[in-house]
Amino acid sequence: MAEPMAEAVQRVPTGQTDWDRIANSRKFQDLMATKKMFIVPAFIFFVVYYFALPVLVGYAPNFMAMKVWGNVNIAYLFALSQFFVAWIIAGLYVRAANDFDRLSQDIIESNGTGERR
Amino acid sequence: MSISLVMFLIFIAITLGITYWASKRSAGASAYFAASRQIKGWQNGIAVAGDYMSAASFLGIAGLIAFNGYDGFMYSVGWLVAYLTVLLVVAEPLRNAGKYTMADVLAYRLHPRPVRAMASLSTLTVSTFYMIAQMVGAGTLVALLLKDSGIKYWQAVIGVGILMIVYVVFGGMLATTWVQIIKAILLMAGTILLSILVLAHFGFSFGDFFNAIGQVTYHDAKGAQITKDFLTPGLMYKPPYGALDLISLGIALIFGTAGLPHILVRFYTVPDAKTARHSVVWAMVLIGTFYIMTTFLGFGAATIVGPDFIKGHGGTNMSAPLLAQALAGNIFFAFISAIAFATILAVVAGLTISASTSFAHDFWTNVIHRGVERKAGEEVRVARVAAFVVGFIAILIALKLQTANVAFLVALTFAVAASANLPVIVFSIFWKRFNTYGAVGGLAVGLVSSLALIVISPNIMGIDAPTVAASARHLIQAKAIFPLSNPAILSVPLGFLGAIIGTFLSREPSAEAKFNELLVRSNTGLGAEKAVAH
Repeated sequence: MAEPMAEAVQRVPTGQTDWDRIANSRKFQDLMATKKMFIVPAFIFFVVYYFALPVLVGYAPNFMAMKVWGNVNIAYLFALSQFFVAWIIAGLYVRAANDFDRLSQDIIESNGTGERR
Repeated sequence: MSISLVMFLIFIAITLGITYWASKRSAGASAYFAASRQIKGWQNGIAVAGDYMSAASFLGIAGLIAFNGYDGFMYSVGWLVAYLTVLLVVAEPLRNAGKYTMADVLAYRLHPRPVRAMASLSTLTVSTFYMIAQMVGAGTLVALLLKDSGIKYWQAVIGVGILMIVYVVFGGMLATTWVQIIKAILLMAGTILLSILVLAHFGFSFGDFFNAIGQVTYHDAKGAQITKDFLTPGLMYKPPYGALDLISLGIALIFGTAGLPHILVRFYTVPDAKTARHSVVWAMVLIGTFYIMTTFLGFGAATIVGPDFIKGHGGTNMSAPLLAQALAGNIFFAFISAIAFATILAVVAGLTISASTSFAHDFWTNVIHRGVERKAGEEVRVARVAAFVVGFIAILIALKLQTANVAFLVALTFAVAASANLPVIVFSIFWKRFNTYGAVGGLAVGLVSSLALIVISPNIMGIDAPTVAASARHLIQAKAIFPLSNPAILSVPLGFLGAIIGTFLSREPSAEAKFNELLVRSNTGLGAEKAVAH
């Protein structure tokens, strides 16, 4: 098994103080702030948008049964829109995550490899 | 020999071939439990979809829509949206900080033995209950699909059980992954073909299709002929509790999918967190496309085949196969049946490997032997034995439960995952003060409250007329105490509360001291488990 090979290339901090130092570093704080700025609003938005469906169907059934195009009603279109909204949020997240990767890589490079201390 | 049986045998032959190939590459723990972490992002995405979309989705939701119209379709939505929780909150931290199981992350900064013991119990509960639901369904379904070949319920259950044991014991995660990939591709192909045939039936006119959905004629329970608009909400979820039940189901899906052990272990099979992320997106594309197409499967069955005919030919679960038969004859019926069979096998294999991994890695190695492998390769050997035992027990229980109504076990699985697993996963990564008491409290309260609420819900309690068939009867003949069929609306807050109260009952400086380490590891991937080169 070649498992330990990779470990030799990347030295991982061992002492608790190392981890605390990284956690309190400017770079890591930046990473967490960048992540939070996307993830928290995105999570709240999709939860609200999703639960709007059962709430509207349950408590405003007449509104949801209104026909929009032929026999197609608001209820069906709203349910269908959920799929596209989920995909759009996933797409936006992947784009935003490129920044997370860049910031993480920076932290790993300045902390992980022993030689470059 | 019927065409269906031939197609079943072809699928079995191919998957056994894969298992043989995988068995030669499954030496070592990382290879056996995590396919050497070398699965590519798109492959893992397809496998996640294959692991997730059960026969309950393929046949069950098609049937729900065929009989309940729009309400069944609304049920579909949550199964995709739930993946946003997996994507935004769980997949990457888990891949960065864990090794083989969900408990790796939970136990990271806490006392490992109590936390792993509880997490393993929760994993085994979720996996075995889900497995039993799948196997009872599989037995009934395979017997129905292979009626012409004379296959009985017991033969079908034992056949499915033996196959899943063989995949997992000999082929490990690598074979399981490829069984899931093939199943997902077959499922997508079958669903796309069926959808096109449904549209062709209506001359590729969406207008005609939706007009037909507006006038579905069938006979109700009393034998009166009625015509209903199947696109109007309210056929299944009725007042006073319909809306609340839907919200409760939504909570179970949104918070439960991200706590399903057999889905979470899939993220350990890829090289890093970025690949884990991409695999979630791949899975979302497949899962979303599939659930949108349930429009054609379900409403197609309602309009082209009709609820009356389906009721007389095997019931709701047969909606999709019967639609295939009506549109393109027996060969297509056989093809769709084989896909249903593949679907069941891929899901039960995923459940078996996650249960056995948790038993071997969490319970055997880390709880009983305090994290030390006494002999090289012991963990994998224990996992193989555990897979065999879990599969064997599942076969026995499924044989016993032939006539029982076990559909509630699926609701239970998601409720336990949402109430017990998710609160603890989230708190251990994001809440510094969180500690061992909190983890054990959250897992225990979430597990017990969802189990208890299910027992007193309409899933188990209810008064049936004497004419109701044994397979549809409630287990307890009394009025339900808890009115909702899904407990998540109550059990998820209880799970969070259990974790919070447990945490405040004690202080654990060592857990708080390691918080920064877990935070940095889970968010940057520093020191994460690497792929193994061959």
